[in-house]
This record gives sequence, structure tokens and C-alpha cells, in this order.
Amino acid sequence: MNDDLVIPEVRATDPAREAVRRLARTHGKVMFVQSGGCCDGSAPMCFADGEFLVGSGDVLVGDVEGSPVYVGRRELAAWEHRELVIDVEPGYADGLSLEAGDGLHFVSRTSGCLTDTGAPLPGGTGSTTTPHKEGTS
Amino acid sequence: MAYIPPGRPGSPVSVEERYDNFIGGKWLPPQHGEYMTNLSPATATPICEVAKSSAEDVDAALDAAHVAATDWNHVSQAERAAVLEKIADAIDDNREMLAVTESWENGKPVRETLAADIPLAADHFRYFAAAARGLEGRLTMLDEHTTAYHFHEPLGVVGQIIPFNFPLLMAAWKLAPALAAGNCSVIKPASPTPWSILKLAEVIEDVVPPGVINVVTGPGAEVGKALATSPKIAKIGFTGETVTGRLMMQYAAENLIPVTLELGGKSPNVFFEDVMAHDDDFLDKAVEGLVLYAFNKGEVCTAPSRALIQESIYDEFMARCLARIDAIVQGNPLDESTMIGPQVSQQQLSKISGYVDIGRAEGAEVLIGGKRAEVPGEFANGYFYEPTVLKGHNKMRVFQEEIFGPVLAVTTFRDEAEALAIANDTLYGLGAGVWTRDTNRMTRMSRGIQAGRVWVNCYHQYPAGAAFGGYKISGIGRENHQMMLEHYSQTKNVLISTDEHKLGLF
Repeated sequence: MNDDLVIPEVRATDPAREAVRRLARTHGKVMFVQSGGCCDGSAPMCFADGEFLVGSGDVLVGDVEGSPVYVGRRELAAWEHRELVIDVEPGYADGLSLEAGDGLHFVSRTSGCLTDTGAPLPGGTGSTTTPHKEGTS
Repeated sequence: MAYIPPGRPGSPVSVEERYDNFIGGKWLPPQHGEYMTNLSPATATPICEVAKSSAEDVDAALDAAHVAATDWNHVSQAERAAVLEKIADAIDDNREMLAVTESWENGKPVRETLAADIPLAADHFRYFAAAARGLEGRLTMLDEHTTAYHFHEPLGVVGQIIPFNFPLLMAAWKLAPALAAGNCSVIKPASPTPWSILKLAEVIEDVVPPGVINVVTGPGAEVGKALATSPKIAKIGFTGETVTGRLMMQYAAENLIPVTLELGGKSPNVFFEDVMAHDDDFLDKAVEGLVLYAFNKGEVCTAPSRALIQESIYDEFMARCLARIDAIVQGNPLDESTMIGPQVSQQQLSKISGYVDIGRAEGAEVLIGGKRAEVPGEFANGYFYEPTVLKGHNKMRVFQEEIFGPVLAVTTFRDEAEALAIANDTLYGLGAGVWTRDTNRMTRMSRGIQAGRVWVNCYHQYPAGAAFGGYKISGIGRENHQMMLEHYSQTKNVLISTDEHKLGLF
């Protein structure tokens, strides 16, 4: 079913992994669902694991500290990214998403667009503390 | 002329240090005693604090709403309409104050709030006052002895969750039909814009019976979830993004209640070559029609964020549009000459910036803008982004995902068939625009585009009486029209037999 999709590798920054571990202590395991649409859309929503009913149109693309990360199949069809990076930034949490900590919310960034250079990004697997250019202003 | 920001001497808006929830006609502090800071996006400085409420506050509001509902569910249509009219009058009487409040909290230019948001909010209450007066049940004589009566009955108490992009107009869109149909509401404003609706509550608290409207502010994960999952609501209405929309349906399923959802779009705005047949007012209007992607800094669910231009006119038409975009005045939202203010929050700014980078990486060409806008002085830290145009093709993410900022994705088409194919090649179906002088083409295109609202030779008009809502994943249900009364009513059928004789079965 996923043959025609480019599944990005999920990575998380150290602050994001720390936030997930902190949430795990208070809420238990969490889950991420990439949202689309207006207002708070196009952001990773973080819920207690199982809070969001995952359907057949949601693709498990990876995990952060054991917390699964889902992207909609239809959204993924337009993606050609090698990486999906979960990070935290200051600001309120989007929608019904859990906060990433006091005054912090989760953000996602994509990088390594196949149509960009065609070359794989350095870094490989695992986490990174280096902010990626996407999403920073 | 520029208005003085809220809270400063000479401003039309007074500001309290902190605001409590509006529950049962009273201002009640959050039960956990926590507050959160509310920023102005123009300066990134605090305006005030609002309640950081919890599930207990939502429950208290729902209880207050149920107490009020024992009367409000049964008042006459004339009385309901009279209250809605009084709300409209109060909004009109406080137009300037509310316009400045909303502009400062959301960042939208005050000339928009003065001319559109606030008068439209009042008009929606008037429209639904009239709709309430005109609401009739039906009866049918099914046969000589059997009559079916159909009555509209209120659902009871409803939960409503509104977005940040039109803090007062979205409140009006949700509250007016709910109240007109005889319901009480507990409404949660968006986290970046909780204050405007509290200022509205201040001006209508004397004209709305206590508990009919209740406002609870706070984080979505606490307040939104508590409201949407409560067995004390009979319906949930939500405007926002798709994942939360799905959660709303999921929560509604747990309680077996209905939902209406408005979940955004990636609306195509299609310009056929005949718009350039004459250099006249209509062409001027069409150019503005494209530039309307920057209206409300692009923070509109129906933003015409994909422009499809027939290739034969692309160069000349786009040149005119870019000149118009280049002339956009950006800055202090309280200055009446400002056309575009700051994005609502740092995170929206960051997201927009990220998407423009994604567009660049996908190979899109930046025709104008493409970076954070520099606004000097007091506004140097505001969340301003330059009106931006990306040229590319419809398969790119910047053509497929909602950016919710002043970023237009533009592409070309050869003929009508290709225009329709590109217009419909999207997950969403909320709005669309068609620009042509050919009446047959406008009819074909407007019926062919899979969207709930197709503007023909206009865009971004939201009059009460024109149904608004989405096809595809853009939502369920409609707003802005008297059919909303159906969305907020039960149908009671009373089936009466006037036959004196038994069935004869037993």
C-alpha cells in the first residue's frame, strides 16, 4: 500500500525527545499526528497514546522515544522528503495537542526534499540538536 | 489615522489586568486559579491575562448553560429574536471599541475590522433573528384521519470551538444560529485570541439572559477536550484543522451527538484569458481578486491560496498583480491606512517561513516577498511576513497544504479542462474563485469545481444568507444560512389520528 509513498525518516531534536520523556512521566506514552487544514493545521498534534483513533489512511512513519508518529496517506502523497524532524518551539499548543512543556509546543520540519539536490542529507539516523533551516524565521 | 492601542490613555479600549470566564452571566475566576498571558502579535507584548481554565470550569459553564436552557429552550421565537437584535445593536454601538480590540489581539488591520468583521458580526445576529421569526414547522395530512406535525425543537446545550482568524465574526457565525434555534452555548475561543470575545461578552452581558452564552478560555487540550467529550452537550461545532476535526467526530461518537466541522482549504482562484479582453474596471477588480490572498494576512480558511492563470495572459496579468502586491502597506494594524498586519502568533510566522522554504526546496520560484517583513519601531518584534508569491506546479506541497499566511502559490493552465482538473486536484473543497466574462464558462466552472462556495467574479464576500461550508475534507455542514437552524434543532414529529376506530389487530 505504501509503495508509491516516500516515507520520511523521523528524527527528533534533543529538546523534543526530552519533552516526550517528560510527557511520558505525566501522561504516559504519547502519539503524534501531523495535521492539515486551517488555523493550527500543518503541525504535529501530540496526544496521549491512543487518544486519536488511527485509521487505515494514517501511515506510521516512525517514532520519537517510542511514541508513534503518523502522517495521513493523502498528505504523504505530496511529500518527497527524506526526513521529518520533530522539534519544540515557544508558543501555545495547537488544537487539542498537549503542550511540549511550559510555554512550548511541538513543531515538525521536513528536509532533504528529493527534488532539492537529490543528495541524501548528512546525519543519517538518530536525533540531532542542530536546528534545520526549514521552519526557522 | 492610527488608533491608540488598548489600555493606553486615549484608546477606545480599556483593558483589565486579567479576565475571568464568563459563566452564567457572571465573571468567574478559573477554579485552579491559573491564568495565561495574551499577547498582541503587532508588538509581541502582553495585552492582559486570561483564565487558563480546566475541565472543572467547562463543567461549571455547562451546568450554568443547562440552568439557562430550562427557560431559553422554551422562550418564544419573538423573544429569542429580540435578544439577538439587542446583541446586534450592542455590537454596532461598540463597533470602534470591538474593532480596535480585535485588531490589536489578532493583528488584522483595523480598516478590515471596522468595515467587515464587526458590522458583519452584527448582521449575522440580525439575520438569524429574522430567521428565528420566520421559522415554521410543517404539517401534512397523510390521510383523512392522520396528520403529521413537524416541530423544530432546540437541541439544548451545545459546545462550540472557534478559531483565531476572525475572533468575533466566527463567534457570531456559531452563536447566532445556535441561539436562534433556542440553544444555550458554551464557547471556547482560540488560544491566541481569547480576549476579543470577552470584550464582546462585556457589551452584551446585560442583554443576554445569564447562562445562554458562556465563554471559557484556556488550552485546547484541557478546555477543548473537556467541552467536546462532555455528555452535557447535545452537539459540537468546530472550526479548525483536520486532526482536531477528526477528534471532534471521535468524541461526538462517544456521546452519539452530531457535529458540524469547518476544516479549511486550499482554494483555487481561476483567471481565464478574457479577464484581459478590456482594460477596464472589471480587470482592475480581477487583479484585486488575486491579491485578496493577502486579506487578513492569509489567515482565512477560504484564502484563495492557489491562483490558476491561463497561460496566454500570465505574463501581463501577473505583472499587474505583482505591482498591486508591491503596493501593499504593511505595519501597525491600528493604522487605518495599513492593509496587512502581523500574523497571529510566532508559531504561525514560523510555519509560514518553513513552508516558503519548502517551496524553494521543491523548486518554486519566489516572485515577490519570501521573508519576514521588517517593520520599525514599536513593531520590530511583531510577527510580520511579506506578502509572497510562489510560482510552481500543483503537485508541490505549497500547492497542496494550507499555509495560513500571505503566501500565494501560482501556476498556469492551457484550457478550461486543465483549469478544472487543477482546481479539483486537492484534498480540500471549501472555496474557489472563477474570473471570466463568459457566462457559459462561469456556469460550467462554478458547477464543476468541487467546493462548497464558488465565488464568481468576486472573492472573500461573506454575507449572511449565503451558505458556507466544505466539500471533501473541508468539513461537514454549512454556516451562515437559515439551514443552520436545522443543524441546531431536533425535529419533533407528532403523529395524530382523528380516527375513532381501532386498528383491528387486537
